[in-house]
Amino acid sequence: MSGIKDIKKVFGGGSSNLRQFTILMALIVIIVIFQVATGGLTLTSGNLINLVSQYSYILILAIGMVMLIIAGHIDLSVGSVAAFSGIVVASAMKVWDLPWPLAIVLGLVVGALIGAWQGFWVAFVGVPAFIVTLGGMLIFRGGNQFIGNANTIPVPDGFTIIGAGYLPDFGPNTGYNNPTLILGLIVIVAIVYGEFRARKTRAILGAEQIPLWVTLVKLVVLVGVVVAATLTFAGGRVGTSFPVSGIILGVLIVGYSFLTRNTIFGRHIYAVGGNRPAAKLSGVNSRRVDFLLMVNMGVLASLAGMIFVARSVASGPQDGLNWELDAIAAVFIGGAAIFGGIGTVAGSIIGGLVMAVLNNGLQLLGVGIDRVQIIKGLVLLIAVSVDVYNKSQGRPSLIGLLTRNRKKEAVAEVPAVMPTGAGSSDLTPPESTPQK
Amino acid sequence: MPAIPPILEMRSITKEFPGVKALSNVSITVQNGEIHAICGENGAGKSTLMKVLSGVYPYGTYDGEIIYQTEEVRFSSIRASEAAGIAIIHQELALIPHLSITENIFLGNEPTRFGAIDWKTAQLRARELLARVGLSDDPDTLVRNIGVGKQQLVEIAKALNKSVRLLILDEPTAALNSSDSQHLLDLIVGLKGKGISSIMISHKLNEIEQIADSITILRDGKTIETLNVKTDGVNEDRIIRGMVGRNLESRFPDRTPKIGEVFFEVKNWTVQHPQVSERMVVKDSSFYVRRGEIVGFAGLMGAGRTELAMSIFGRSYGNFVSGQIVKDGEEIQVRSVTEAIDHGMAYVSEDRKVLGLNLLDDIKRSVVSAKLKKIARGQVVDNAQEFLIAERYRKELRIKAPSVEAGMSTLSGGNQQKVVLAKWMFTDPDLLILDEPTRGIDVGAKYEIYGIIQQLAAQGKGVIVISSELPELLGISDRIYTIFEGAITNDIPAAEADPEFVMKSMTSAKKKVQHA
Repeated sequence: MSGIKDIKKVFGGGSSNLRQFTILMALIVIIVIFQVATGGLTLTSGNLINLVSQYSYILILAIGMVMLIIAGHIDLSVGSVAAFSGIVVASAMKVWDLPWPLAIVLGLVVGALIGAWQGFWVAFVGVPAFIVTLGGMLIFRGGNQFIGNANTIPVPDGFTIIGAGYLPDFGPNTGYNNPTLILGLIVIVAIVYGEFRARKTRAILGAEQIPLWVTLVKLVVLVGVVVAATLTFAGGRVGTSFPVSGIILGVLIVGYSFLTRNTIFGRHIYAVGGNRPAAKLSGVNSRRVDFLLMVNMGVLASLAGMIFVARSVASGPQDGLNWELDAIAAVFIGGAAIFGGIGTVAGSIIGGLVMAVLNNGLQLLGVGIDRVQIIKGLVLLIAVSVDVYNKSQGRPSLIGLLTRNRKKEAVAEVPAVMPTGAGSSDLTPPESTPQK
Repeated sequence: MPAIPPILEMRSITKEFPGVKALSNVSITVQNGEIHAICGENGAGKSTLMKVLSGVYPYGTYDGEIIYQTEEVRFSSIRASEAAGIAIIHQELALIPHLSITENIFLGNEPTRFGAIDWKTAQLRARELLARVGLSDDPDTLVRNIGVGKQQLVEIAKALNKSVRLLILDEPTAALNSSDSQHLLDLIVGLKGKGISSIMISHKLNEIEQIADSITILRDGKTIETLNVKTDGVNEDRIIRGMVGRNLESRFPDRTPKIGEVFFEVKNWTVQHPQVSERMVVKDSSFYVRRGEIVGFAGLMGAGRTELAMSIFGRSYGNFVSGQIVKDGEEIQVRSVTEAIDHGMAYVSEDRKVLGLNLLDDIKRSVVSAKLKKIARGQVVDNAQEFLIAERYRKELRIKAPSVEAGMSTLSGGNQQKVVLAKWMFTDPDLLILDEPTRGIDVGAKYEIYGIIQQLAAQGKGVIVISSELPELLGISDRIYTIFEGAITNDIPAAEADPEFVMKSMTSAKKKVQHA
């Protein structure tokens, strides 16, 4: 009974992941299209490195944003908060000669304080986050221009490492950047270990086991992708490597995926977003969840702002303009529900990458910013409407449709009956309309 | 009589969903001017059949034919069936709370004059319609300000406005207290006198027995039989036998109560309405629960049963005024839900979907959601433990689902309720408060839920059951408290409780003594 259903499993099956699977497929298709259209420019070392360092801060914002959206909130102020923190940090280094590591700490603290300020209104006064952060958008944009006098403030060289830095090469001359190779190796080991551990756990629990060949195919594909990516990133211009900002992003993705999936706090985010009154009656302190999420968003926005400042070597009055829109778009393309309760960090990252690859590819093709925006807007609309349409049709995706037809064939062989006996009845008929 | 053709005949209706045959060759005949009840367990196909009839599943998506007023009809949508005079009133009301009664009645069907809504006509007409359903409320009242019972009547008024010939009522009294239910049933009978036929789906067999002229029983998507109430000598046991395909010896499992000492006491509990500070929703109420005891709380809807329960459970409702909670001889402070859970209390709310569950979640996550600490190391949840625990409850409580990874929204009401029970059993409570634990659940699942309640009591836990169904309280409880207007009016041992006497205590503030 394998086949299409198992192919789905290769990419981490489960019906809740179907949306993610679809969007991952879309990402791959988009990459292939641009690779062909740009004559191979898309997947060169230089371009990939550029892509990562150019979009890492949007993806960092998307991590905080998806958590807020799952809980049923939103944050419109992230761009302004990023700009505000950027200017505070840049000024602190310029005016007080603050060493750059301390400046980063200062930036994070500023972000936490802003998050606490906005969290106070959301969680304890009960003002909708949309309004609080709409206010914050104006307040902190103004704050940036007030502190910086609407001027651009340069930052010292040391600071730029978080935005424009690379890993220093060491060891034998392999023709590749060695730290990047080691990084790739760590990722591969982690993937293989994780996959077999998951299998072992499922075996112990007696849960439905994924066929071995599916696991192997999955591993071959994933390891292949990582090897190719590692070699590409490591084989760039001498002195370059996988960007430091990309490493920061990677650590955050792993950390926050774990946080949202495997911790009590993570469960509480979904509980609050899925059904707030029910969560409260189960002992979830929903105000605390709201407050901490806002603080977290402030910290991540601040970090994103600093990375951007580091990359552009200066903080200016127009930093972070429209970032909130990119981050929100990434989250919704990545499968989050507008009413909360649904969404994943991984999905949002994939959604963000779709936007990033589109942007980057269109720029490589020389498409103007005007048309790029139009295309991005349409992609958001199409991605979400495909989702809405599929939901209304009761089929999760194209793949779902294929597997469903297969089920129908099976029905023809064995006459289907409703479960019998007292109190059976139990699976309500699937909410789908059959095709005639 | 036979000269008048039936108003509706559905012949050999078959409806398939991928993988499931929801209806197989179902036939039903509704005579002109009768009340026809459809009985069956959840999932037997009642709602699907009504969706076929009302055009929710349009012509072409099912096999079979529908003869309505002697002509074959092929409805393409709800609008088409409404135009033909068939109105369906759903279990979940379809009114818009922030609009007035008038606005709701005429929604989508507004009377106009020169292109603008003619509110004067609408008002007059609304008044007329409300009078027909026996409501005297001002038609300008917002729907959210009237009770569920009245909302149900407004729905019917709305249907009457569309000159309905056949009214379909899906569990019309599920959310109503007995006096509102009675009013509604009287209304349906009254409409029959005016030539409006009704199809009624209900789990409340006593109501069916009371008003139905004939009964069609569905089981597993098939028509089992059609009974004529007058000639076939129908009673509840007879209907249940048809529904479950066997005799249910008893509607409650056998049990020998083992009742211990008093361990939980509430003294002089008084709670304010959350908005209206001069109104006390719970007044100076005191009660106790013994170990191993099942205590019933009887009261009409709005009497303050839920308010009392929720205010005890970590002050989840209203503003606390005064009172004490004593557990195992010591006064305890229960100021939040977390404290309540830590003190071994559990509250299963009356509204599963709104207050009990996150329908986006799956079974395993729901089961552990009220006490994640129990399976976490530090802050990290042990997913393997979670799976095993959920699996154990699935087997123990016989939750019917393909796996514990199934989504809550795919389960039937009875199984969802079992998951909610599992969720609270997982918190190891000493006292469980179950608010309407069997609402909207079919007979077979009810029996199982009663069994679970009795097991919990047998483990020495105290169980409080709040229910609007008096027979249920009499059947399951050891002792019954009656509540009227926020105050406890009586404390009656269930063994010697007489339903009429309990009802009297529920409807009057005066303390009464039962005459044997």
